[in-house]
Amino acid sequence: MSQEIIIEGPNVEFSQGEAAHHDHEHHEQHFIWKYIFSQDHKIISKQFLITGMIWAIIGALFSVFFRLQLGFPDSTFPIMEKFLGEWAKGGKLSPEFYYALVTMHGTILVFFVLTAGLSGTFSNLLIPLQVGARDMASPFMNMLSYWFFFAASIFMFVSLFVQTGPASGGWTTYPPLSALKEASLGSGVGMDLWLVSMSLFVVSSLLGGLNYISTVLNMRTKGMTMTRMPLTIWAFFFTAVLGVLSFPVLFSGLVLLIFDRNFGTSFYLSEIFINGKALPHIGGSAILYQHLFWFLGHPEVYIIMLPGMGMASEVLATNSRKPIFGYFAMIISLVGITLLAFLVWAHHMFVTGMSPFLGSIFVLLTLLIAVPSAVKVFNWLTTMWKGNLRFTPAMLFAMGFVSMFISGGLTGIFLGNSALDIHLHDTYFVVAHFHIVMGVSAFFGMFAGIYHWFPKLYGRFMNNTLGYIHFFVTFAGAYLIFWPMHYEGIAGMPRRYYDYSAWESFKQFQSLNGFISIVAIIVFFTQLLFVFNFFVSIFKGRKMTNKNPWGSTTLEWTTPIHPGHGNWPGEIPEVHRWPYDFKDDGHGNDFIPQTLPLREGEEAH
Amino acid sequence: MSAFITVALIVLVFIIIYQIARASEYATIIRGEEKVKANTNRTIAILLVISFILGLYGIWECHKYLVDKLLPVSASVQGDNYDFMFNATLVVTGIVFLATQFVLFYFAFRYQSTEKRTAFFFAHSNKLEILWTTVPPIAMASLVAIGLRNWMAVTSEPPANTQKIEIVGKQFNWIVRYPGKDGEIGKRDFRKIDDATNILGLDWTDKHNMDDVIVPNGELHLVVNKPVQLLIGSRDVIHDVGLPHFRMKMDAVPGIVTTMWFTPKFTTDEMKKKTGNDNFVYEISCDQMCGKGHYSMRGTVIVQTQEDYDKWMASQQPYYAQVNAAPAASTKTDSTKATVTMR
Repeated sequence: MSQEIIIEGPNVEFSQGEAAHHDHEHHEQHFIWKYIFSQDHKIISKQFLITGMIWAIIGALFSVFFRLQLGFPDSTFPIMEKFLGEWAKGGKLSPEFYYALVTMHGTILVFFVLTAGLSGTFSNLLIPLQVGARDMASPFMNMLSYWFFFAASIFMFVSLFVQTGPASGGWTTYPPLSALKEASLGSGVGMDLWLVSMSLFVVSSLLGGLNYISTVLNMRTKGMTMTRMPLTIWAFFFTAVLGVLSFPVLFSGLVLLIFDRNFGTSFYLSEIFINGKALPHIGGSAILYQHLFWFLGHPEVYIIMLPGMGMASEVLATNSRKPIFGYFAMIISLVGITLLAFLVWAHHMFVTGMSPFLGSIFVLLTLLIAVPSAVKVFNWLTTMWKGNLRFTPAMLFAMGFVSMFISGGLTGIFLGNSALDIHLHDTYFVVAHFHIVMGVSAFFGMFAGIYHWFPKLYGRFMNNTLGYIHFFVTFAGAYLIFWPMHYEGIAGMPRRYYDYSAWESFKQFQSLNGFISIVAIIVFFTQLLFVFNFFVSIFKGRKMTNKNPWGSTTLEWTTPIHPGHGNWPGEIPEVHRWPYDFKDDGHGNDFIPQTLPLREGEEAH
Repeated sequence: MSAFITVALIVLVFIIIYQIARASEYATIIRGEEKVKANTNRTIAILLVISFILGLYGIWECHKYLVDKLLPVSASVQGDNYDFMFNATLVVTGIVFLATQFVLFYFAFRYQSTEKRTAFFFAHSNKLEILWTTVPPIAMASLVAIGLRNWMAVTSEPPANTQKIEIVGKQFNWIVRYPGKDGEIGKRDFRKIDDATNILGLDWTDKHNMDDVIVPNGELHLVVNKPVQLLIGSRDVIHDVGLPHFRMKMDAVPGIVTTMWFTPKFTTDEMKKKTGNDNFVYEISCDQMCGKGHYSMRGTVIVQTQEDYDKWMASQQPYYAQVNAAPAASTKTDSTKATVTMR
């Protein structure tokens, strides 16, 4: 390896006393090792972020295509043929490709954007910087984590171009539909590529997660006790724990599916007659896959939510100029959510014919999640109470996060109760619920993070005016899109339909679907505006002149404006206090950085 | 070419917007950053309040526009309990929603940064934490209680006089089997399935099968006020019997038989009068993604009086007789075409 600075353990000074030559040395690093196969957590973080953004644009563009079909099933859009060719002959999407787009939209956004793009970016950027470490526990594994994700991305991207189309059985890819090539076009090569891609993704996620956990546990600087860690770190830590414990289960589920597809086993298949012939499979259980899938699938929701929660906590406190309210209650509620996340997976399966008694247990456990969630919401609100609120774009998105989390969380109370789920299951109510809570809300957490830490990433600011436009259009747009969808769900309108016009019970929503599609397209272009703002600001944004532009207490703002590999040019600072001391420091500032020793007579938090 | 121009135009618009936004930032610096920051903060606070008020108004308008498009009154006895529970949950969550969103936006406006204000250092309060750790579980407990009671009721054993009917999904339509005069649904085996002569794979050595009636066009005939239990199966992939008007849903999984039971309350004709819609029809929607024809996998439910039902049943020929008298079968299967063409 071309890098000499491999630091072991916390509080270690540069090995071989190289501190003075540190900057100099980086100039000699070859471009490839510095920016491509980099082991610097900050560069890897940018790689995850930018790859995630590219995927987000692709995933969102897919939603625009299928919203055109849903909103205007009688019209043709020749521009779609330009993009999709045979799949949208004459400008009309084929049903097969409609389902492929829906499937890819889900897979891309859930896994590639809101898991890799979110955790990958912010765990990488913030864990070493906020706990006071020179880099991850294993920078090499960290690099591998990105490159496995990159490989997964390649496979998924290639699957978009195979002749039979990408996987099209929904992002959950339930067998037998996904297991039998006869059942659907998308269950051909596209499905194999999906499985390979997702398996690589699991590897990437595990490499990353193990690294995050060991960095948080072992690499904290002197004085950084666990209870002095910012809530972001707590959130990333539990996110990683969730991923490490649940992704292997998904992996096992995927391997069994690969066997069923290619090697004639019958894990998920039983008594099937398709395409004019009876298949030899007997004794498998299609429900088994659903258990394995949702054992990851539900924690996955929290893998997506927790980073947003952590970042919203941090941004809300900083911009309210107040400590986060109930720091310990926030940690305990994170623990509660993490534990419960493993005990509720079967609430996705109330109507699969699962034992009703088991269903009741899962109702109880599911609705228990309301308790830690409520604690978090009330603590965020109390954090704002009597604050001195600065509405930076990051702050607005953090507040939007809270608003969306409340709305989406409350509809979860309907769905978690099996007796209500029996009607609402797989309707637009579900679509509205999870898009608000783990789509929009998680994205708002991510946007809050990007606007807030952009100066740390690039030493410049993003444009504020565009940030405000981005927030208000997205916030209003998200409610305009998803609020009315609840009504469609209450009316029983099933999700994943290509066309509702033949249905007496659902066709009255046609004009509403058109409205939703138009708003969705406006919101899509607003997100492009954000992407544009992001990339232009990297080169043209207002330069940062102050190391700590937001008046934050945490360690990442004690590094130079452009930190090199190793983060701090001299010794790693020592931590003396908790991360939310937003109070008068006696010199006219309204915050005290973690690095300042307690004053005489001052009590630790 | 046109696509290129479109893309170029979009990029151009973005550049213009960005330049304007950037110019405004430079203007900020010239006019004095602190002052402009204070102004912006005030503007944003007002915008947040406006968003909140517009939001409430939007909710009201949305409700007014959509409330007539919702489902009519529940068509099953079990659905009444469902509707009650739904409304109870809606009231509880509605209050929480309005209260918390109001507080969020009120705080944003009330505590916006001004020169005079200093934040109040308030790090924790055990009293408050206990308050909001205990109140939500109490509210939840009542909802769970109603929920579990209803759940037990809908998943319990059906009453003795329940009519049993089998419904089987396949890509992409529903096949319904009635037990015939003996009241027993005979055995079937997927290896005996033949699309021409035995679409469900009935085992002809089981004599219960001899009088079973099969309706291959997904028409489910039910008797009003008589409990019915559906035995749900699938020939190929997972489907789902969705009955929105009865507030019921259950997956059809290959290899296992799932069940659900309910009691229809209104005949189709009564429902036509209630809704004022002459085209009203109870529909069975497939609610589990099952392939390219998923959206067209439609069945219908016809709820009749006992008299009408008996009359209809008398006109049906058992499946065994049908397939063993080929010429007669062709007239019988006319109704199949109606659903098949939907693909």
